[in-house]
Amino acid sequence: MKKDMQRILDSLPNLETMIREMRDVILTNIVMIGEIPSPTFREDKLREFILNRFNQDNLINCSTDETGNALGILPGSIGDRNILIVSHMDSVFDEEVNNTISVQPEYISGRGLSDNIIGLAAITSLPFILDQLKMRLNSNLIFMGTARSLGQGNLEGIRFFLKNTKINISNGIIVDGIKLGNLSYSSIGMARCEINYWVPEEYDWTRFGAVGSIVTLNELINRIQEIPIPNKPHTSIMFSSISGGRGFSNIPLDATVRFEIRSESGTMVDVLQKQIMDIASEVASNSGSRVETKILAKRKPGGISFSHPFAGAARAIHKTLNIESRITPNIAELSAFIDKDIPSIAIGITNTEKLTKSLEKVQIEPIYKGLAQLVGLVMAIDEGCCNEN
Amino acid sequence: MKIETWLKNNTFHHSSFSDLADLVREKEKQNLKISLCIPTLNEERTIGKEIILFHSELMVRYPLIDEIAIIDSGSSDNTLNVARSFGADTYLASDILPNLPPKKGKGENLWKAIYQLEGDIIIYVDADIKNIHPRFAYGLVAPLIYREEIKYVKAFYDRPLAFSEGIRPSGGGRVTEILIRPLFSLFFPELSAIIQPLSGEYAVRREVLEKLSFPIGYGVETAHIIDVYREYGLDAFAQTDLDQRVHRNQETRSLGKMAFGILQTFFRRLKEGNMISELPELSTVLRQFQVHDKEFETINMDIREEERPPMLSIPEYLKKRGIKKK
Repeated sequence: MKKDMQRILDSLPNLETMIREMRDVILTNIVMIGEIPSPTFREDKLREFILNRFNQDNLINCSTDETGNALGILPGSIGDRNILIVSHMDSVFDEEVNNTISVQPEYISGRGLSDNIIGLAAITSLPFILDQLKMRLNSNLIFMGTARSLGQGNLEGIRFFLKNTKINISNGIIVDGIKLGNLSYSSIGMARCEINYWVPEEYDWTRFGAVGSIVTLNELINRIQEIPIPNKPHTSIMFSSISGGRGFSNIPLDATVRFEIRSESGTMVDVLQKQIMDIASEVASNSGSRVETKILAKRKPGGISFSHPFAGAARAIHKTLNIESRITPNIAELSAFIDKDIPSIAIGITNTEKLTKSLEKVQIEPIYKGLAQLVGLVMAIDEGCCNEN
Repeated sequence: MKIETWLKNNTFHHSSFSDLADLVREKEKQNLKISLCIPTLNEERTIGKEIILFHSELMVRYPLIDEIAIIDSGSSDNTLNVARSFGADTYLASDILPNLPPKKGKGENLWKAIYQLEGDIIIYVDADIKNIHPRFAYGLVAPLIYREEIKYVKAFYDRPLAFSEGIRPSGGGRVTEILIRPLFSLFFPELSAIIQPLSGEYAVRREVLEKLSFPIGYGVETAHIIDVYREYGLDAFAQTDLDQRVHRNQETRSLGKMAFGILQTFFRRLKEGNMISELPELSTVLRQFQVHDKEFETINMDIREEERPPMLSIPEYLKKRGIKKK
């Protein structure tokens, strides 16, 4: 191990202690970010807050772009590397949902903490933390709250930035709320699909077997489940949601299923996608209903290897901080970095516990460790400990 | 027309004061000290969040507030431990000026804050606000910093959940609209322009606070407004729109108790001001009713709006502040 890396590892326990002393600022960011509604495509109020914070913490070039990302740069003393640190700003919760965050001495509770209030609060707090730690880096740090990430946003914000920026990004760090210990440096292939059946107005309800769209959808699901799925490359089909019908006494006229095809092989994703779309058409034809198929999002597999120094540095940081590493593939922002061949890692900050379907409880204490891990990673990249050569 | 002019010149929106760096510069130029007082009684669920937000935003990032103090009426829950764990100064109201006979009520905590805290301006913020935000403090103190003639700034909340374009009603809660505003309209018409006279959030200059007597219960806000108005006139007031306040909703029966206490204070002020010549001795018993197994029962509650005298009449206060008795 390089001397520089060992020095960084030795400093981590002390860093954790110092970060703990910044509790109020960190928790305040969590509360204030969490209480601003930010559904996908409507992140404007939260973006304003994030940009305001970046300004307060003396970042330069605090700005937004065509997709609504929030950007700010902490210039390094040399500026030979550009480290992009991102966390998505959008949430699955609508503006009307009660988004009050409650704070107790040991924990905080509220909606959307894991996805992605804590992650976003971590990157928003980082400039303040680095300043308090009096840490002066050689590299430029580019902070970005990404817009239009979830669902139909399909990572539009991060993809737009990486496609259009003139800055040469050397490394990426993606910060998620959960889980502390998660380490993702490779992405699996993925296709996010939606299939919708509906019955045309001129449908002949007297024909044999006329049962409406839900039964048709059920037939499709059964047929998909009959498809043999290989163990190698590791592949799965995950049904995410179904909807349809209008209640008793009404024949269901439409029904929709959403699912993801995931595989370590991009070819396998393509093969399964085509096979399922063929089945969907066949089932529609047999039942006399109409079908519409959509590919909502697609990811290519890739990423850095287990032996890459960046991955090794991340695992060493975890070990020093007594964090148990869990190597997990990622299908979110990381895949956008992978598409651009930028060595990147996604990490989690803390752990959550579900209180109700949407309400979460987060222990405060692990957050300091999660943030120390983030600072350690930034230092490791800055000191050149994550370079392949 | 006085009301219209006042509404135009002395009604603000918190967003006008979001340049906190400028506010701090101005505060420092005037060498002002600002204290934040949060009166509590069993507020363990919300107090921690209030403290960290005010501390982080208005002490660490922008040194606008010099001290945050929790003054507690004797909570039976964990309020004081939670507050302490988040680094606030905590006081039991009964421990402040211990030589005085103890009284229990929110007004008592507010009054004792004048003795205990050091600020030239004291900001009072209730502890049960679920959507607490730094604006609850800087929105109230800013008019006092920028406008020397303003002495008392009251919060109001005007962000309806849905409305169409054009005219819409604006105002306070149930007690304000069916009791306070009609009373003000009858006796002090100019005061009816204060949109939410009962809001628990306000910022006041010490020189004003120390001259006010404090009802210890429900009447404290109403008494303040009448007394400050009589001494300084409407122009001493300002009000700031803080958008929305999410808090516990009170039952109608609790509002009845509040109204009863406020009426005692109000009639006392009318009598002192010779605005009513004949007033019988007022009962201190509020009667409410409930049905128990089809039988109607009376609930009698003795509600006495006792008052603390102006702090300037308390020798310990004069001594602490180095004020010579006139």
